Amino acid sequence: MKYVQEFRDPAGVHALAGKIRKTVTQPWVIMEICGGQTHAIMRYGLDQLLPEQLTLVHGPGCPVCVTSLEQIDRALAIAAQSDVIFTSYGDMLRVPGSGKDLFSVRAAGGDVRIVYSPLDAVEIALQNPSKQVVFFAIGFETTAPANCMSVLQAEQLGLKNYSVLVSHVRVPAAMRTILVSPGNQVQSFLAAGHVCTVMGYWEYVPIAEEMKIPIIVTGFEPVDILQGILMAVTQLEFGKYEVKNAYSRLVSFNGNRKSQEVIGQVFEECDRKWRGIGLIPTSGWRLKPEYQKFDAENRFQIKDINSEESTLCIAGQILQGIKKPTECSAFGKSCTPEHPLGATMVSSEGTCAAYYHYGRI
Amino acid sequence: MCLGIPGKIIEKYKLNNMLMGKIDFGGVIREACLEYVPEAEIGDYTLIHVGFALNLISEQEAQDTLDLIKEIESLALADYPGNSQ
Repeated sequence: MKYVQEFRDPAGVHALAGKIRKTVTQPWVIMEICGGQTHAIMRYGLDQLLPEQLTLVHGPGCPVCVTSLEQIDRALAIAAQSDVIFTSYGDMLRVPGSGKDLFSVRAAGGDVRIVYSPLDAVEIALQNPSKQVVFFAIGFETTAPANCMSVLQAEQLGLKNYSVLVSHVRVPAAMRTILVSPGNQVQSFLAAGHVCTVMGYWEYVPIAEEMKIPIIVTGFEPVDILQGILMAVTQLEFGKYEVKNAYSRLVSFNGNRKSQEVIGQVFEECDRKWRGIGLIPTSGWRLKPEYQKFDAENRFQIKDINSEESTLCIAGQILQGIKKPTECSAFGKSCTPEHPLGATMVSSEGTCAAYYHYGRI
Repeated sequence: MCLGIPGKIIEKYKLNNMLMGKIDFGGVIREACLEYVPEAEIGDYTLIHVGFALNLISEQEAQDTLDLIKEIESLALADYPGNSQ
């Protein structure tokens, strides 16, 4: 496939890895933000091509992993109602809530459907006027243009039976939280290429300057990731801290302005609780007052959510790059992809799932 | 979750007042929303995420990156003993 194979070329991968080995003279810790990047690193064994002094730690960029337990418990409560068709991206169905997951709600008779796009959920609402159709609108900035468009589309079609359970999170505030965390070791970020495809990278310039940390916008193929790492270690070795773009075929400084306009029309900034990490100020988006008629939290009065997290799971420290999955006593034993204790073991982008699937046990 | 797949736009049309397109992913054809890339032309490459085109892919920027990698490759080859001329 064009724009895929050429960025997986082994000769390019080995040349970049060689140049990284030559550039690095001292220990450095780099965090890749996005779970998609974590999986590519593990899948292609890129970490094993890097010099020993260089440590990659894995970031919180997995929306399935960071969606708060309370929000999942709300989803479970809504999905169990008899007049509801609950729609979601597939990854969310096995994420454990306090007691169960969406699959078990479906097994008990709930109408829970996996959709590929939020527009599919709008279509289901159009076809089922007697049912309330709820879409679980999770995601980072990458997914916001799609989720917002579903709301605008529902409004334009005059749909009274469509609503969204919003759990949107944003990268910049999470970066700052990681950097000021007491256990922080991160010295440079590989920013998430598809988040920046939408948002550009203008928001990262003050973070790089204030926190004195190089930030490299990085893609997802092996060549992209190694180019991002090379640009990061080059800055680290020379004592620089700028925002640079290693994914220029898709990302510009300003990003996609039309997307940002639509997001600004539908969403407003809010504080958001991240699973395993806690409340991060200004780290989320919610519906603006004029679109709150599409908010599932208003439409379904779900009271008294009593959420309880597994005491064994250390996903919070893993999501902040403080610990690796292999440092968890439950990893691969009481916690596996078949029986996950935490969301990082469930999602196709979760760090624990990546370590488990690619044999880093 | 944030994964995107590059594909070629082979058809553009309006559906429910939205700009939509048919995207060719190496032989597999899927529908996607093109509202965020109104400048898209048939034959352009784009990145699709949850049924939406996020941006167009710049052919020139992609080529510049690949040229840079080729340069690093040739420098690396020149470093091997016996390869340097």
